[in-house]
Amino acid sequence: MANKQTNFIYHIHPEKVPASTIRFTHTFGLGGMALVLFLLQIVTGILLKFVYEPTPDKAYDSILFMQNHLLFGHYIRNIHHLSGTLLIFVALFHLLRVFFTEAFYGPRSSNWIIGVVIFIIILFSNFTGYLLPWDQLSYWAVTVVTQMLSYIPVVGPELTSFVRGGKEVGAATLLTFFNFHTAVLPFALIILLLFHFWKVRQAGGVVVPRNRNHNGKGIIPVVPELVVRELVTGLILLAVIFLLAVFIDAPLRERANPAYSPNPAKAPWYFLGIQELIMHFHPFIGVVIIPVTLFTLLFYLPCFPFRIRNTGIWFSSSKGRKMALISALLALVIHPILIVASEYLIHFNTWFPSLLPVISGGLFPLILYSIIFLLYLFYIIRRYKPLSNEIVQAVFVYFLVTYTVLSITAIFFRGPGMALMWPWKIS
Amino acid sequence: MKEETHKEVNEQAPGVESPGGRRNFIRKFWGWIGLIAGLEMTWVSLTFLNGGKKKKESSETSYTEIARAEDIPENSVFPYRAGRLYLCHLKDGGFLALSLRCTHLGCSIGWDKDQEEFRCPCHASRFSITGTVLNPPATRPLDIYPLKIDNGMIMVDLAHPAPRKSFNPGQETKA
Ligand code: HEM
Ligand code: HEM
Ligand code: FES
Repeated sequence: MANKQTNFIYHIHPEKVPASTIRFTHTFGLGGMALVLFLLQIVTGILLKFVYEPTPDKAYDSILFMQNHLLFGHYIRNIHHLSGTLLIFVALFHLLRVFFTEAFYGPRSSNWIIGVVIFIIILFSNFTGYLLPWDQLSYWAVTVVTQMLSYIPVVGPELTSFVRGGKEVGAATLLTFFNFHTAVLPFALIILLLFHFWKVRQAGGVVVPRNRNHNGKGIIPVVPELVVRELVTGLILLAVIFLLAVFIDAPLRERANPAYSPNPAKAPWYFLGIQELIMHFHPFIGVVIIPVTLFTLLFYLPCFPFRIRNTGIWFSSSKGRKMALISALLALVIHPILIVASEYLIHFNTWFPSLLPVISGGLFPLILYSIIFLLYLFYIIRRYKPLSNEIVQAVFVYFLVTYTVLSITAIFFRGPGMALMWPWKIS
Repeated sequence: MKEETHKEVNEQAPGVESPGGRRNFIRKFWGWIGLIAGLEMTWVSLTFLNGGKKKKESSETSYTEIARAEDIPENSVFPYRAGRLYLCHLKDGGFLALSLRCTHLGCSIGWDKDQEEFRCPCHASRFSITGTVLNPPATRPLDIYPLKIDNGMIMVDLAHPAPRKSFNPGQETKA
C-alpha cells in the first residue's frame, strides 16, 4: 500500500489524525511555518558563509562586496534577514497558540519546556547574527547588550569579558559570535527540534478539546489531507518572503567605529523592551531580576496546579477571554502613563542620593510597580472570581502587552540621548 | 511501557547475586565510564578554548606616549581616541587618564565644553572632569588608566583600564 515516499512521511506523521485538528485555525500552521523559516535560514546562511569573513578588517567589506558585486548577493542577505525576523514572530505566535489552547499539560509539558528553550535559542541566533555585518548598528548594539550582563552580581563583569573574549567588543567577540551563529546554535536547534517533533507524536498529536471522542468519521488519512495542507502553507510562506525580500533591504550602516557611538545607541529590537526597562529601573533589577523571574515562571508553567483544565479550548472559557481582554487594556493604559511619569516626575535616584543606587533606583521603583500590579490583580480577582488557570492567563496577557508597550516605546518613541519624543520628531 | 522497564530494573537491584544484578552492575559501570569520558572531553575542550584567549591578552605593562604636559591647559581635557581615553588636566594641576566608555552600558562619552562635563549619548549619563557621576543611570565613575609623567611627557598604559568605586586625589599624577 505505502510506497517509499509515504513511508518516510509516516516517520513524521501518524497515518490518520482527527479531522478537527487539521483545520487551519486549530494551529494556524505556525509550527510548520517556523520549521520552513528555520530551514530557509540554514540554506541562505550556508550561502552567506561562502562570502562572509569573520574578522573586523574584512567582515564589513565582505558584506559590501556581496551587496555590490555579487548577483543576488543583496537578495540572499535580505531573505536571511527577513526570515530571521519573521522566525521570532512565528515562534512567538506558535508559543501563544500553545499557551492559549492550554497545550502545555500532561504529556505535552516537557515539550513546552523544550519549546521555551528553542525560543531563547532563536533570540540568540538573531542576536549573534546581528553582530556579523560589523557596522555601527551591530557594534554598539552588542556593546550595550553584553554590558548589561555586567550587572549580574559577583560573576557579571567576568561574564561580560568572557562573552566578549576581551575587555571590549573586538576580533575575539566576532569570531565567537560567528561560531555560535553558524555552528553551535543551529546544531542545538536541530537536535531540540527533532526532540520537539518526536514529543508531539509521543503525546498523540496536537491537542484536541477535552471530552471529544473521535471514533468513526472524525478521523481522516494524513496523506493527502494533512500533507497537502502543510505543503501549501509552506509554499505560500516562501512566496511571500521571496517577494518581500525584493523590497525590504537588510540594514547596513557605516563601518563599526569603537571610538564614536551613534546617538541613540539601541539594542536589537527584540531586546529593546529590556533596554527600556533599565531606563526606569537600576540595571540589576531590569536585566537580572525581572527577566529571570518571568522566564522562570514561563518554564514553571506546566507545573502550576490547576484544578480544572481546559485543554484544547481557546482562551480557556468565555470568562477567561473577558479577563484577558481587560488585562490587555489595563496594561495598555497603565504603562504609557508610568513611562511618562518615570521620565519626568519620579526620580528616586535624585531624591535619595545618599542611598545605594540599587536601593533608590532599583528597589523603590520595583516596590511602587509591584503595588500597582497587585492592585490590578486584586481587581480582576474580586471582579471575576476566576479559576487559577484564568488568572494565570490574564497575568500572562498583562505582561505580554507590557513588554510590547515597552518595546514600542523604545523602538519608536526614543530619540537622541534616548529622550522620549514623538516618532515624527526623530529625524 | 517505559515505566514498566524502570520497575523491572528496580526490583532486580537488591539481588546482587542474581544475573540481573550483574547485568545491572555492568550497565552502571558503562554509565560511569561514559560520564568520565564526557567530563574529560568537556575539560579538554574548555582548556583548548581558553588557551587561545590567554595569549592575546598580555599582562605586561607598556606605556605609550600621549602628549606633553605643558600642551594641555589646566581644567581642560584632551581626547585621545586611538587609545580610547580622555586625558584630563584638573584645576589643581593633576592629570587623569579616563576611559571613554560610559560605565552604564559602554557607549563612548563626549566632552561638553560649555557645561564642562562628559555626556553620554546613549542614556544621558553625565560625568565631571574627575569621572564622577553627575547624573544617573550610570552608577560608578569612569574607569582610569595608569598614567605617569616622564620629563614632561605623559605616558599611559593603554592595556589596563581599571574600575574604581569613587574619585580620590591619590589617583591623580602631577607633573
Ligand atoms: C535560527 C536561525 C538563524 C537566524 C534567526 C539567523 C539570523 C541572522 C541575522 C539576524 C543576521 C544579521 C543579518 C543582518 O544584519 O541583516 C544573520 C547573519 C548571518 N547569518 Fe544567520 N541566522 C540563522 C541561521 C544561520 C545559519 C544556520 C547560518 C550558516 C550556517 C547563518 C549564517 C549567517 C551569516 C554568514 C551571516 C552574516 C551575513 C549578513 O550579516 O548578512 N545563519 N543571521
Ligand atoms: C523553530 C521553532 C519551532 C518549530 C519548528 C516548532 C514546530 C512545531 C510543530 C510542527 C508542532 C505541531 C503542531 C503545530 O504546528 O502547532 C508543534 C507543537 C508544539 N510546540 Fe512547537 N515549534 C517551535 C517552537 C516552539 C516554541 C517556541 C514553543 C513554546 C514554548 C513550542 C511548544 C510546542 C508545544 C507545547 C507543542 C504541542 C502543542 C499541541 O500538542 O497542540 N514550540 N511545534
Ligand atoms: S551607556 Fe552611557 S548612559 Fe547608558
